[in-house]
Amino acid sequence: MKLLLVFTLLLSAGCAPAPTGPLTLTVMTHDSFSVSERVVQTFEAANNASVAFIKSGDAGAALNKAVLSRSSPLADVFYGLDNTFLARALDADIFEPYQSPYLANVPAEFKLDPGYRAAPVDYGDVCVNYDKSYFASRSMAVPQSLEDLVRPEYEGLLVAENPASSSPGLAFLLATVTHFGDPGYLEFWRNLRLNGITIVDGWETAYYTNFSASSGQGPQPMVVSYATSPAAEVIFAQPPLTDAPTASITGPDACFRQIEFVGILKGSSQPALARRFVDFMLSAEFQADVPLQMFVYPVLPEVPLPEAFTRYAQVPAKPASLAPEDIAMNRDAWIRAWTDVVLH
Amino acid sequence: MTLPAVSGFVSQGPRRTPGHLPGSIRKVGLWILPLSFLAIFFFLPLARILAFTLDLETLSVSNLQVALGTLGFTFFQAVLSTLLTLALGIPAAILFAHYSFPGKALLRALTAVPFMLPAVVVAAGFSALLGPRGWLNLALIRLFDLAGPPIAFTGTLGAILVAHVFYNTTIVIRLVGGALSSLDPRLGQTAACLGADTRQVWWRVVLPLLRPSLMAAVLLVFLFDFTSFGVILLLGGPSFSTLEVQIYIQALQLLDLPLAALLSLIQLLCTIGFSILYTRIASRSRIQTAPRSMAVNLRMPSSVGERLFAGPMALLLSLLFVLPLLALPLRSVSRLEADRGQRAAIGVGLTTDYYAELFVNRQGSVFYVPPVTAAANSLVYASATVALSLLMGFPAASALARPGRLERILDPILILPLGASAVTLGLGFILAFGRWLASPWMVPLAHTLVALPFVIRTLQPALATLPQRLRQAAASLGASPFRSWQVVDWPILRRATLSAAGFAFTISLGEFGATSLLSRPEYPTIPVAIYRFLSQPGGLNYGQAMAMATLLMALTTACILLIEKLRLPGAAEF
Repeated sequence: MKLLLVFTLLLSAGCAPAPTGPLTLTVMTHDSFSVSERVVQTFEAANNASVAFIKSGDAGAALNKAVLSRSSPLADVFYGLDNTFLARALDADIFEPYQSPYLANVPAEFKLDPGYRAAPVDYGDVCVNYDKSYFASRSMAVPQSLEDLVRPEYEGLLVAENPASSSPGLAFLLATVTHFGDPGYLEFWRNLRLNGITIVDGWETAYYTNFSASSGQGPQPMVVSYATSPAAEVIFAQPPLTDAPTASITGPDACFRQIEFVGILKGSSQPALARRFVDFMLSAEFQADVPLQMFVYPVLPEVPLPEAFTRYAQVPAKPASLAPEDIAMNRDAWIRAWTDVVLH
Repeated sequence: MTLPAVSGFVSQGPRRTPGHLPGSIRKVGLWILPLSFLAIFFFLPLARILAFTLDLETLSVSNLQVALGTLGFTFFQAVLSTLLTLALGIPAAILFAHYSFPGKALLRALTAVPFMLPAVVVAAGFSALLGPRGWLNLALIRLFDLAGPPIAFTGTLGAILVAHVFYNTTIVIRLVGGALSSLDPRLGQTAACLGADTRQVWWRVVLPLLRPSLMAAVLLVFLFDFTSFGVILLLGGPSFSTLEVQIYIQALQLLDLPLAALLSLIQLLCTIGFSILYTRIASRSRIQTAPRSMAVNLRMPSSVGERLFAGPMALLLSLLFVLPLLALPLRSVSRLEADRGQRAAIGVGLTTDYYAELFVNRQGSVFYVPPVTAAANSLVYASATVALSLLMGFPAASALARPGRLERILDPILILPLGASAVTLGLGFILAFGRWLASPWMVPLAHTLVALPFVIRTLQPALATLPQRLRQAAASLGASPFRSWQVVDWPILRRATLSAAGFAFTISLGEFGATSLLSRPEYPTIPVAIYRFLSQPGGLNYGQAMAMATLLMALTTACILLIEKLRLPGAAEF
């Protein structure tokens, strides 16, 4: 049993946080989270605290971890819950309500939790991206709407993700549910299948293996991705680009709007600091950092956007959206029905 | 050392140490460390998560149908993959064990590289080679003037099988090849003198002697295929689903933890079944032979038959292992912008931009990691995994090498971490360890769980074949226990130990799942960095992912070559 003791000592030695400030705030988040070092330092300096981030897999995995550790939370703040998981998280009752004064500046359309347990931080639209040169070089018209995607001239040109294993895949499924209703969306997917849609399991495969305009140079010129992906293509280009190689199809309901939330975990040992961190995420400084770190839009409307966003990322006039309760209640049934129609 | 030549080199028959007291106390002592480790880091989290989520109401007809359907395919693809892996692995093991040829060390090291590459990188390699716009399809289209790609690879069962063979052949090469190269050639020669033909020598002499290593290789390969996850998702696509894929979807996407728990339980029960079956078969015969120097078994292929075997085999291995791997370094230095709109003018060319960019934190992100740091983190975790898994593996393998009643019960248990659902176990860690999860120690401990079965299966055959007579002879000639360990045990164990260390090292280097669930962002490993690049669009991100993957390949090839170098000098000693 001496060895057990040794293990325990090793473990506790490892997890003792480095005391760089008198207080440490732990933020649990998903793998796609990013923030500028400079911005975090501002918060740390202003609050005489240090911030530790725990990345916990994709959005679903991170939420699961938060729910499972409800009785003794692993962190003080949870960021990265989106509107497709919101109702599940609220049902699991993992958040402490907090009405940040900064929420006053946030448009009402993002404030989906009237109980103030989850505060909106950013949003982004999942859209079909297309390879501009593919359509230009063939003098083909670009599809303008969801309905266009099932037309014969676009046969075999679209790749989408499995909604059971991918968050943009689910968002695109929800866009079709919004537009065609239930069970109308299944008819649409049946036609997409007949029109040779390719389904892969994750965004990385869809974008980098199947999409023709990415560096992977795949076979399909249309992919379910994000409205900001064209901007990212320009920013992460070497040598630099003068124009985006891709663009989005932004017809009515063709894009699904994902909104991401932050909440204070129940049982947090630093509730006061956690509230200040939520305020900070809604402050102009953090909000301005959001676009280039995570390629999403800040919820504060007056925050200036980077040039790449205003020039290359499109904002759909009428994005699709569904009430979080509807999604929570039906997502399993929708995914199951989708699987039967599209995969079997 | 000439002892093995004189003393009896074969002593056959089941070997059971009678259960007198001092022996069993020693046995219990050997088990304390590995069993406490498994109890704390495997059974505790697993029990916590299953107790928390398992629900009898999930035992509905429709759920069981899903479970059985998935189990059927999981089993089917695992059996097929294992057979194919053996079909390539055994000849490859013979090639490496018996023949020397130019470039052998490098080829041998390259066959081990896939084992530690993240699935997403392997998928990129195969797509570059066999995808709809891969090199092969483009060449065929150009050659025969075809309208579309003639070869469909991604999204087929064939892709899953090829990827499994690509990943796991190294297990057969290392376990079976290791045993084969230390086999005393005089056994076969004696049989031949007594009138046995080549086939009889193989069936009656070589195969029975190889059986422990072969069985271990079959079990490990099968379990890896049985719990396959990344390959199925990335190369098989959504129309194929193994139990592990279903568990991931149910637990982390649909948040249906009870169904995930049911599936994990089924997967675990199957693993227990396989392990018990393995223990039964493997313990039926145990043969002790004095291992021989590798050099004795090595020769240049001379006869026509040998050349006809060795040449094409080496070529086949080079094609299978080098071509998909080649795609990564090639893509990491090429501008693949030929037909991207405005970039058409730039065309294809060579560039080192992606490597240079690795050293720049362009976005000022708090999560940026310089490549050297990522490599250092990976190496530190891998070294800790080697130390931990040898620390647990040696006592367990020593106890298993002389099995008694206790060992026959414990043996199947040791293999379980390989067959348990990684997703479920990861969730169990949260319940069991809470805030300790953030400890940097958790990563090597989780890697040790995966590496331990490999370490034990590599050490155990070597320890089991250790001739007791040699040790007794050394003792009766007045050698101290340490001295006899030094001159008898260590020379024989050295190669197995280095092989085991190589397994643990490479498993840790490439592991992503546990690392991503447990790691603190302050200490990202190379695979974590690769996934981070691939999660955003843009040519620079893709290029950097390929550059990082190339660094991982170079690092692992270098490490494997180094381990091989360490293995060889010992060979001359006995």
